Amino acid sequence: MTLVKTKIGRRAFIRNTGLASGGLVIGFNWLASCKMTPEQVSSLPKEWFELNGFLKVGDNGMVTIMSPNPEIGQNIKTAMPMIVAEELDVAWKDVIVEQAPLNTDIFTRQIAGGSQSIRQGWESLRMAGATAKQMLKEAAAQSWGVSADEITTKEGILSHEGTGNAAGYGEMASAAASIEVPEEVQLKETSDFSIIGTDTKNVDGKKIVTGQPLYGLDVYKEGMLTAMIVHPPAFGMTYKGMNADAVKSMPGIKDVFHFEVYPEGIEKQWSDQGGIPELVAIVGDSTWECMQAKKALEVEWEQSSKAESTSYHDEELLALLEKPTETPARKDGDVDAAFKNAAKIVESTYSAPYLAHNTMEPMNFFAHVTPEKAELLGPIQTPEFAEKTVAARLGMPVEKIDIMMTRMGGGFGRRLYGPFVIEAAVISQKMNAPIKLVYSREDDMTQGTYRPSYKVKYKAGLDADGNLIAWHVRGAGTNDSLVFEDRFPAGAVDNYLAEKHTLATNVTTGAWRAPRSNFIAGAEQAFMDEVAEASGKDPIEFRLELFDRAMNNPVGDPKKNDYDPERYAGVLKLVKEKSDWANSNGKARGVSAYYCHNSYVAQVLDLEDGGGDMPRVDKVHCAVDCGIVINPLGAKNQIEGGIIDGVGHSTFSAMSFKDGKPEQSNFDRYRLIRHSEAPKNIEVHFVDNGIDPTGLGEPSLPPIIAALSNALYKATGRRYYNQPFINERPPLVG
Amino acid sequence: MATFTLNINGTKQEVDVDPSTPMLWVLRDHLNLVGTKYGCGIAQCGACTIHMDGTATRACMLTVSSVGNSEITTIEGLSEEGNHPVQKAWLEVDVPQCGYCQAGQIMTASALLEKNPNPTDEEIEMAMNGNICRCGTYTRIKKAVKLAAKS
Repeated sequence: MTLVKTKIGRRAFIRNTGLASGGLVIGFNWLASCKMTPEQVSSLPKEWFELNGFLKVGDNGMVTIMSPNPEIGQNIKTAMPMIVAEELDVAWKDVIVEQAPLNTDIFTRQIAGGSQSIRQGWESLRMAGATAKQMLKEAAAQSWGVSADEITTKEGILSHEGTGNAAGYGEMASAAASIEVPEEVQLKETSDFSIIGTDTKNVDGKKIVTGQPLYGLDVYKEGMLTAMIVHPPAFGMTYKGMNADAVKSMPGIKDVFHFEVYPEGIEKQWSDQGGIPELVAIVGDSTWECMQAKKALEVEWEQSSKAESTSYHDEELLALLEKPTETPARKDGDVDAAFKNAAKIVESTYSAPYLAHNTMEPMNFFAHVTPEKAELLGPIQTPEFAEKTVAARLGMPVEKIDIMMTRMGGGFGRRLYGPFVIEAAVISQKMNAPIKLVYSREDDMTQGTYRPSYKVKYKAGLDADGNLIAWHVRGAGTNDSLVFEDRFPAGAVDNYLAEKHTLATNVTTGAWRAPRSNFIAGAEQAFMDEVAEASGKDPIEFRLELFDRAMNNPVGDPKKNDYDPERYAGVLKLVKEKSDWANSNGKARGVSAYYCHNSYVAQVLDLEDGGGDMPRVDKVHCAVDCGIVINPLGAKNQIEGGIIDGVGHSTFSAMSFKDGKPEQSNFDRYRLIRHSEAPKNIEVHFVDNGIDPTGLGEPSLPPIIAALSNALYKATGRRYYNQPFINERPPLVG
Repeated sequence: MATFTLNINGTKQEVDVDPSTPMLWVLRDHLNLVGTKYGCGIAQCGACTIHMDGTATRACMLTVSSVGNSEITTIEGLSEEGNHPVQKAWLEVDVPQCGYCQAGQIMTASALLEKNPNPTDEEIEMAMNGNICRCGTYTRIKKAVKLAAKS
C-alpha cells in the first residue's frame, strides 16, 4: 500500500470550522428543501459525526459524502463521492451524496471546467476517505485494546482477527470524531478497488426522472420576486433611454430600472468575461408577467463601437491566413526549404462559425441580499470567482457572501462566466428582496460569450516515398489564437511551423466545451487524412509512423511536446482492432484521433449506406485512454454525449451576425441535432492502464468532427472543409 | 386576471392568473410543479412536455384559458412513486447527463407508448424528434424506450 502524507487540504480536516453537520452554515439549505426518497428517510441515522469536511458517519453506519464540485451533467456528483467511499471502505448503498456549498477553506478548486474535477480532486478525495477510515480504526483499536494496524475494514465493518472483535462504522463514529487527524495515511492499491471501476448509476437519477426540484430555475422561496433583463440587441451598443413608466404600471410589475453591472473601478475576475456593463432590469411577481413587460418595454440603444457582421469576420480572418506572423509560435527546421524539395504538396483551409452554448436550462440565479449578508443559489461553474466579484460589486466583505450550487441544466463552458450572478445580486440589493433572475432563451442565445469563429490553413510536404517532411499551420480566431503549437504532429516532423493570429472583435467569446480543440482537432485530423491519401498510405498507418517518429527520434525537445506518443498510438491501435479497420463492409468510414484535457481518444466512424449527400452516422467505435476509469457507466455516457455533441454542432449549428445583431435567437433558427440525426450506435472502449485519472467531459468531442468529415469524403468524394457541414452539400442540379 | 379550475394530476387546482399565461408558468410559478421545464418558450425543444388528455403537449404554448376540463398530467403525476415503466427504464439505462430535458423526454415517450406499445426505431425517433437533448443522450433514450416497451 502507498503511504502518503495528508498534505492536501489540511483545513478540510479541521473540524467544526465552518462546515457544521450537513453543511448548514450557509444559513439556508437548498438540499434540505429537496425531498428525500422514502428509502433515504427510513434509513437516516439519529446522529451524524463529522470526521472531516468531506464526510460524516451516522450512528447506524450510513455515510454522507459531500461532492465538492459543481455538477453540470459531467456526473462528478456520482464519481467524486465514489472515490471517497472507495478509500473509506464503505458499501456504496450506505452512502448519501450531498452537493457541498462553496467553501474554499475546506475544498480546493470547486470549479467545473477543463475536464479537471476528477484529475485534480483525485488525491484529496482519496485522502479524505483514507483519513476517516484510519480514525475509525484508531477508535476501534482504543475500544478493543489492540493495535490499529491489526484492524481490517470491509464495506463499513471494522474487524480484529486476533480477538474476534467486529463493529460497524456507526458504532465507532462518535469515538472516531475525537481522534486526532493522522499525519499519514495508507491509500489502497488500485488492484484492491471495489467501488472505483464499477458501473454506478447517477445519484440524482430518481429525482431527475420524477421531476423533483434540482436546478436553479426550480428555486422558489417565500416572498421571492422574478427578475428578467434586457440587453442591447446588437454588439457594440450602449444604453440611451427607455419608456419605463409605461411598463411599471403593468400587472404584477414591481419595478423597471437601468443598472450598471460593472461600474468603473470594480475589480473583475476572469469569470466576468463577456458581461455587459449596463442592462435594464424588469422585476415582477411572476415570470409570465415579466415576459409581457419585456415585450412592451422600449429601450433605446446607440451604436458605440463597430456593428460587425459575419461577412466582416470571415473576410478579416481569411486575410490573416495570408499573413505571416512576426514571431511563430513554434518553428522546427525550415518549412520553406522543405516545400521546395517536396515531391507532393497538400494545402487546405478549414473554417467554423461562432456557436452558442445553449444549455437547456437558460442562465438564472437566486439572490437574497440584505445589509447583513448575501445568499446566492444557482447554477455556476466558477462559484469561487463569482463570490469575489459579488463582494466587490455589493461593497460587502467576501465572508458575507454565501454561494450554493444547484445541479445545472448543462454547462459546456457557458457557466464558467458568471455575470448573471452579479446581476442577480445587484437586482436583489436594489429591490431589497429575494429575487430569481431568469434569462429567456432569447436573452441566453443573443447575449454572447460564444465559441469563437475560426479559420485555419494547413500546408504539408511529402517526399517521393510519401514521408511527411514539412507541416505548416496558420490559424486565426475571433478573440482567440486557436493553434496549439506543441501538439501533434509537432515533434514528429523535421520541418514544422505553427503560427497564430487573433482578430479582436466586440462579439464576446468564451470557452465552449473543449475550447479551441473543438475546431482545431477536426481541421487537423481531416487534413491528416488528405495528406495520408496523398502519401498513398493507410490513414492509421500514416499516423502510427508519425507517432513512432515522435517516440524514437523526436524533433526538438520532446519535453516540449504536449502529448505522449505512446498513449496516442495506443488508442489508435485499440480502435483499429475494435472496429476491424481492414474490413469496412463497404461502409464509408473515417478515422480520427486527438489528445486534449490530458486524455487520448481515437474514433472510427461508419456512415449509413444510401443516405444521400448527408448520410447519417451508423456507428462510432471509440477508444479512450483517460487512465483509471472511476465509473465506467458514467464515463461511457460522457463519451457518447461528446460524440453526439460533436457530430451535431459540426453538421448543423451556427451563430451568425448582421450589423452586430445575432441572426439566431431560439431553436427555430439555431439548429441542434435531434433524435433521428444522432449516430445509431456508439461503442466505447477504455484503455486499462492504472494511470491516475484524467479528463472525460470534453475529449471525445473534438476528434469526432474529423472522423465524420473523413467518412463523408469516402461517401461523397468531396472534402468537407467548412462547418456546419450541412451547408457543404453539393447544390441540387436542376 | 381570471380564475381557472384545472384538473392536474387528478386533483382540482384553482389559479388566478392572466388568461394568456402558458400552462408552463402556471405549473411552475403558481402550482409549485417545477418538473415541467422551460427551455425555449416556442415549442421547439420539448422540455415542457406534459400530457393533455393523454396527448403529449408543449406547455409553453398552451394558454391556461384553452385547457378547460382537460386532464393535465405532469412528470410529478406520471406515477405514484416514480415507478412508471418509462421512468424505471430511464433509471435502468442511466439515461440522464445534466437531466434537465429528461422530464420532457419521459413525457413524450410515455405518451408514445400509450398509443403505440411496440414502436419501431423510426417511430421512436419521429415521436421524440421534438425533444432536444443538449447533452446528447439520444442513443440511451432510444434504448430506454425500447426497454419500457418490453415491460
